Amino acid sequence: MPLTAIVALAGITYGFRLVGPLCRDRVTLPPAAQRLFTDGATVLLIALAATSALTAGHGFAGWARPAGAGVAAVLAARRAPFPVIVLAAACTTALLRLAGLP
Amino acid sequence: MRSLWRTTESALLRDVALVCLADALVGAAFGATSVAGGLPWWVPVAMSLLVFAGGSQIAAVGVVLSGGSPLAAVAAGAVLNARLLPYGLAVADVIEPAVVEPAVVEPAVVEPADVGRRVGRRWLTRLIGAHVVTDESVAFALRQADPARRRAAFWMCGLTLFVAWNVAVVLGVLAGSLIKNTNAFGLDAAFPAVLIALALPALADRRPRLAAGTGAVIAVALTPVLPAGLPVLAALGGLATDWRPRRPLARRRLTRRRLTRRRLTRRERTVPRRDDAVLAPSQTEQPIGER
Repeated sequence: MPLTAIVALAGITYGFRLVGPLCRDRVTLPPAAQRLFTDGATVLLIALAATSALTAGHGFAGWARPAGAGVAAVLAARRAPFPVIVLAAACTTALLRLAGLP
Repeated sequence: MRSLWRTTESALLRDVALVCLADALVGAAFGATSVAGGLPWWVPVAMSLLVFAGGSQIAAVGVVLSGGSPLAAVAAGAVLNARLLPYGLAVADVIEPAVVEPAVVEPAVVEPADVGRRVGRRWLTRLIGAHVVTDESVAFALRQADPARRRAAFWMCGLTLFVAWNVAVVLGVLAGSLIKNTNAFGLDAAFPAVLIALALPALADRRPRLAAGTGAVIAVALTPVLPAGLPVLAALGGLATDWRPRRPLARRRLTRRRLTRRRLTRRERTVPRRDDAVLAPSQTEQPIGER
């Protein structure tokens, strides 16, 4: 990831943040647009989770990683603490690999 | 009264500390997975300082680590951070220095240099405050009742989080660089786990759940055919599920109304077409930059 990409993302992000404080009396967002922004964030996060759990390159990632992510999803749905979720996912995958699963 | 103030204050402190701790763990995981995935140490560190938005940092690094182009990474991060725009609007009045105007006693006494300094300070406050607009600081600010406490909560959470996040990322980078064979430790599974934990609270509602589920299917299905990074962006097509229940309904109602109107005008041409006047403004209104 080149520095220019980081700076570009930083600039765009800061721009989003600055609109409110700069033009607080001139800009109002319709509720539909607000909803679209927050839902867009959720969609991206979940899509990224799904692709990074299931795929490597253009193919299937093997069974160990999706299994770990699945454990994470179940724990997250049960409102487990964050460290437990991440550690359980990593341990599940590591143990499955130890057992010979790719 | 005084003790009540103190207890709410310490409750706020405790909540901010807990949130910072939770985010620090995310930051450490981010730093560790980025370095373990093969990125140089300064990438997560620079991102945390300059971008300072956890979800987008993780997403951008994820796109790059999966072989995507930096452009796709920036696009994914930018889409994730678009939500900061409404956040900034929501706390715009909070990101102002506490005005202790001594009323307008003697306007003649106010020197130009003094005014300039005050304006300069206001701008500095805005520019710094904007950088610490995050899910957390906005949530804490908006939970407070009066303006002074909103301001205090925003700055307390924003600045503490900035320090905690960046320190945690550095620690994560150090830890991640110690691990050589990341796959044996299952660190590649930690990445989707972090994302799931981040997104899960938003999935409580049916609407984002449907959109996210559809998006995930789109992204996974397109991964074999599209260049890396693009499938995730294509997942935004899942947002179309948001509109499906409403749009056809509205269109149906509109066409039905149009049909009745046509029938009416055919029968008796004298009927005034009131519907046009009623429909037009509601469809054309609601621009973003409205004054």
